Amino acid sequence: MKTVINNYIREEMFPNMWCPGCGNGIVLGAIIRAIDDLSWDKDKIVAVSGIGCSSRITGYVDFCTMNTTHGRALPFATGIKMANPDLKVIVVMGDGDCSAIGGNHFIHAARRNIDLTAIIINNMIYGMTGGQYSPLTPTGKYGSTAPYGNIDQSFDLVELAIAAGASYVARGTVYNPRQSTSLIKNALDKKGFSVVEIISDCPVSYGKMNKMKSPADMLKWIKDITVSKKVWEGFSPDEKKGKYAIGEFLSKDRPDYTELYEEIIKKAQERGGNK
Amino acid sequence: MNNLEKKKNIKLLQGNEACAEGALLAGVRFFAGYPITPSSEIAENMAFKLPKIGGKFIQMEDEIASMAAVIGASIAGLKSLTATSGPGMCLKQENLGFAIINEIPCVVVNAQRGGPSTGLPTKPSQGDMMQARWGTHGDHPIIALAPSTVNEILTLTIKAFNLSEKYRIPVILLLDEVIAHMREKVEIPAPEDIEVINRKKPTVPPEEYLPFKPDEDGVPPMANFGEGYRYHITGLIHDHKGLPTSNSQEIDAFIRRLHNKIQKSIKDIIIYQKYSLDDANIALIAYGSVARAAERTVKLAREEGLKVGLLKLLTIWPFCFEEVNKLAQQVDLIIVPEMNLGQMVLEVERAAQGKCRVVPYGRVDGELINPIEILGKIREEIRK
Amino acid sequence: MEERIETCLSGSGGQGLILAGIILAEAAGIYDGKEAVQTQSYGPEARGGASRSEVVISNSAIDYPKVIKADILLALTQTACDKYVKNLNKDGILVADSTLVAEIPNISNKIYLFPIAETAQKKFGTKLVTNIISLGIIVGLTEVVSQEAIQKAVCSRVPVKAKEINEKALLLGFDIAKELKIKK
Repeated sequence: MKTVINNYIREEMFPNMWCPGCGNGIVLGAIIRAIDDLSWDKDKIVAVSGIGCSSRITGYVDFCTMNTTHGRALPFATGIKMANPDLKVIVVMGDGDCSAIGGNHFIHAARRNIDLTAIIINNMIYGMTGGQYSPLTPTGKYGSTAPYGNIDQSFDLVELAIAAGASYVARGTVYNPRQSTSLIKNALDKKGFSVVEIISDCPVSYGKMNKMKSPADMLKWIKDITVSKKVWEGFSPDEKKGKYAIGEFLSKDRPDYTELYEEIIKKAQERGGNK
Repeated sequence: MNNLEKKKNIKLLQGNEACAEGALLAGVRFFAGYPITPSSEIAENMAFKLPKIGGKFIQMEDEIASMAAVIGASIAGLKSLTATSGPGMCLKQENLGFAIINEIPCVVVNAQRGGPSTGLPTKPSQGDMMQARWGTHGDHPIIALAPSTVNEILTLTIKAFNLSEKYRIPVILLLDEVIAHMREKVEIPAPEDIEVINRKKPTVPPEEYLPFKPDEDGVPPMANFGEGYRYHITGLIHDHKGLPTSNSQEIDAFIRRLHNKIQKSIKDIIIYQKYSLDDANIALIAYGSVARAAERTVKLAREEGLKVGLLKLLTIWPFCFEEVNKLAQQVDLIIVPEMNLGQMVLEVERAAQGKCRVVPYGRVDGELINPIEILGKIREEIRK
Repeated sequence: MEERIETCLSGSGGQGLILAGIILAEAAGIYDGKEAVQTQSYGPEARGGASRSEVVISNSAIDYPKVIKADILLALTQTACDKYVKNLNKDGILVADSTLVAEIPNISNKIYLFPIAETAQKKFGTKLVTNIISLGIIVGLTEVVSQEAIQKAVCSRVPVKAKEINEKALLLGFDIAKELKIKK
C-alpha cells in the first residue's frame, strides 16, 4: 500500500536497519507527515544527523541528507544554514548524540537561535552500541555500563533548551504519534532554533535491561511515565519524580542568527574602508 | 590599461593577513573558527572582510564545530576556510576525516606553535608535519602546503583553494608562528591576474546523478545542496550513490580511488624551489620559516667555498619522493633542518633509499633555527 | 652588493615595540622602496614579560627574516639590554633608556643613552609615545630609513586620534638624536 510516506523515502534503502519494535520508524513517519503538511519543496530540505540508530533516518529520506559524525550534526547544519539560509535544515539526533558528545553544540545552537529544527529521539540509552547508559537514562535504571543501576542525574532536555535560548521547545512520545507530528510541524514552521524531544522505545537494549522486553511493554511504560503539560503543572514535586511532561513548552519570536547576520552584512557594507 | 601601466598594490602585510587576502582572492565566502594563538588574526580579518562582500563569518563553540560548519557551508556551495593552531588542529581531526571521505573542498590553516598540548602558544615549531599527514584516523590521502614568505602565504592560500576544489579534498596550509606573525612586503595581485579553480558541477540531470562516481581523473562532479540534486552524504564508506556499503569490492575501490586521484596528479600538486643545487654536493631540505634560514646558510657556505644547495618544499604532502630521490643520487650529504627532532627527515631517508647520507638537524627550544647553526652542522658533518 | 641592516627593538610587553617595528618596516618597505621584514618574539601575556621586535631591511630579497647580529639595538629594560647586547654587531649601536637601564654593559660599541620614557611623560603626559620617540632617535642617528618615510609610516599606522602627538614625538626623537650626536 502506497501512502504519503512513499513520496519522501528512498525505497532502495528499505527494509530499514532498525530492530522490530523500535520507535525510530514512528518518528520517521511523524517527520514526513509534518513536512508533507507544510508542502515544502524536497529540493530545499536538508536533513542532517549524527551517529546512532536514530541518525540513520537521514539515509531513508529523499532530501539532501547528511549522516555526519557523532554529536556534530548541529555544527554541520549551522554551516549549511549560514551558507544558504533558503534551505530548510532539519537535524535528527539521538539522546547520547545530542546531550553527551554533542551537548556543547546543542546549547550553543540554542544560544545563537539559528533557524534549525532539532529532533531528538530519546530512547534513554545508547542502543546501537549495545545499551550503555546515556545522559538521559533515568537515575536508578540499568544499562550495560550501569549494571548496578545508574547513579547519574539525567538532563531535562526541555529545560536545557529553554535555558540555552531556543525559540521553540516541545516534547512528544512515540506512544502519541499524532501529537508528535503536530509538534514537529510547529517546530519546522518556527523561525529560530526549535527543539522537539520525542521519547522513544528501545526494547532490545533499554527494555531488556529494565524488565520491559516487548515493544508493547515499553510503549505502555512510556504512556505511564508521561503526562500532559497541564497535568504536570498541577503536580507536587513528589508526583513529578520519574515523570515527563509532554506538549509545547515554549514558542516565542526572536530574530534568528541568519537574519541577524544579514544585518551585519548591511552594516559592514555601509561602513566601507579598511579600518 | 596594460600590465605595465597598472599600479602595483604593494602592502606590508602580516602572514595571517596575507592568508586572509589570498583566501578572498581565491573566492572564500565562509569562515568558521575558534580563537587560538598564533592564528587568530586570520579569523579577525575574515570577520571584518567577509560580510563586506556578502560572505559569512561565524565563531563557533570549539574547533570541532568550526570544522563541521566549514564542511556544511562548502556542501551548501561556499568556498570555506578555517584556521587554528596545534591544540585546535587536534580537535579538527575528527571532521577533517569526514571532509576527506566525502571529498568536500575546504582549506584548513595550522599556524604551528610548540607542543605537545598547550606547549608554546607564542613560539614557532614544525612539530605538526606528521599530524598533517596522519592526524585523522584511517588510510587517507591529504594535501599540505607550506609557504615560507608572506608573499608565498598569499599565493599558496590561493593554490590551496584551487587544489581543494579541483581534487575535492581538504587542503592543509601549514604555517608556523614566525611566518604567521611576520610582516613583509607583499604584492597583492589583481583578481584578473590569478587563476581561480572551482569545483566541477554535474552535467547530468538529477535523476542520473551519482554523487560519488568519478570521472576519468578520479574526481566526481559535485552538486551543492539546494541545487536540485538530492543525495546522501555519510561518514560511512559509501557506493557511487553515496549510500553505505559493506561490499568489499566497493570498499576497496573507494579507498584506492581516494588515494589515486591525488597520486595520479602529483605533478600538478607538488611544488618546490631549488637554490644553488646544480653543482652541489651537500643539500639542505627545508620548508617554512626554516627554509629561509637554510637559504641564508647556502649563501654563507658558498662564501666559504662549500658547494651547498637547498631544496625548499612548498608542498609538504604528498611528499616529493621523486625529486629527493634524484637529489640523493647527486649529492653526498643531505641535512634536514627542522623545528622538531626528526619528522621530515624520515621521509627524506625513505626517498633517499640509502643513496647518500641523510642527517637531521633539530631545534625545539621555541626559537627559529638560524643560518649560522646550520652552517655549523654542515662543517661538523664534513669533518666526519 | 647586499646591504642588510638588522634592528632589534627590545623591552617589555606594553611598550609598543611591536608597533614600532611594524612602522620601521613599513617606512623601509613601502615608503623607501626597500625590502623589509618585521618579526617579533613575545610571551603569552599582553602586558609585561619580555618583548622584542626585529626588523631586517635590505636592498635585495631577504632570506633569513630575523636578526643574526644586530646593527641597531634599542633596549627599554635592563633585562632586555643584558640579554640582547651579546648579540650586537661589533660596529652596531646601542640606544638605551638611561632611566630604565641602570647598568650599562661594558662594551666597545657606540652607546646612546637618553631618559626616553621619562621625557615622553614630561613632554606629552604619557609614556605611550616612548616607542615613537625611540624610533625618531634611531632614525635620526642612523638614517636606517629616511625621515620622510618614517613620518609617513607613523601617520599611516597610529590611530587617527593619536596622529598629532605621535608626529610630535617622532620629531622630538629626531632632535634628541641631533643632541646625542653632538655629545659624542
